[in-house]
Amino acid sequence: MKFAVIVFPGSNCDDDMFYAIQDGLEEEVEKVWYTETSLAAYDAILIPGGFSYGDYLRSGAIARFAPVMESVMEEAEKGKPVLGVCNGFQVLLEARLLPGAMQRNKNLKFICRPTPLNVVSNNTMFTTEYEKGRNVTIPVAHGDGNYYCDDKTLEKLKSNNQVVFTYETDINGSAAGIAGIINEKGNVLGMMPHPERAMSDLLGSADGLQLFQSMLKNWRESHVLAP
Amino acid sequence: MIKVHVYVTLKEGVLDPQGSAVTNSLHAMNYEEVKNVRIGKYMELEVENTKNVEQRIEEMCEKLLSNPVIEDYTYTIGEAVSS
Repeated sequence: MKFAVIVFPGSNCDDDMFYAIQDGLEEEVEKVWYTETSLAAYDAILIPGGFSYGDYLRSGAIARFAPVMESVMEEAEKGKPVLGVCNGFQVLLEARLLPGAMQRNKNLKFICRPTPLNVVSNNTMFTTEYEKGRNVTIPVAHGDGNYYCDDKTLEKLKSNNQVVFTYETDINGSAAGIAGIINEKGNVLGMMPHPERAMSDLLGSADGLQLFQSMLKNWRESHVLAP
Repeated sequence: MIKVHVYVTLKEGVLDPQGSAVTNSLHAMNYEEVKNVRIGKYMELEVENTKNVEQRIEEMCEKLLSNPVIEDYTYTIGEAVSS
């Protein structure tokens, strides 16, 4: 399985994401610069964290119009897996690939620590390797992680099982404690916590590994023919 | 060239964590008369005066300058500026 890690000016978790795939998952991975215009050669697209374009105007607002985003949207439309982490999640929201928006954390602080999460849905191509309702610990590192959407959207997210991860306790003011959501089609996941920073017990947690393993397993099941 | 003034504000009903912090700070400074503060953005654009300038400004506001999920915008077209 071949992964693309999109790199914008100001991305800073691109290396973590790259090594999570190369050394953690042991699959093929390449970094793709934001000026590229085709992602057809990749099986999955990863949008890493950081401060694309310095978070100017709003987090993710300018990256959303970078040349590579046209093809991210095209491939998402075709059903290819797209994972946005932290700033990547913000870019997906600005691109309207996911509903809602991010606001400044309720306490106005940058929060950077391992955070207990609940796996609300394990019925997605990103979470089948987790047990439903399982508590996992994955680090967050964000200033704008306070997820907002209107009541109607929130109801829809809940009734469609689009809420994938929630914070065990309210850390940033997010609506319904949302830490990660998926699109209706089930191939675009946005999450504030960083699974690529939780790939080894030696570094505090290996709870992020199953997310990438889920992507791999589900891709293999639909793309690799049985011998 | 004309100057366009764009104001971006949070939609009513969307909580404003920065505004609440500033309200609290003003109260701590004994400005108890302040009941609420909402923080927004102000932008100045210098724009060539084309025929459909208003329509294009609106597009810019919808697409980039504001996020319609949480923000409203207004704009005024101001004085001519020399380029």
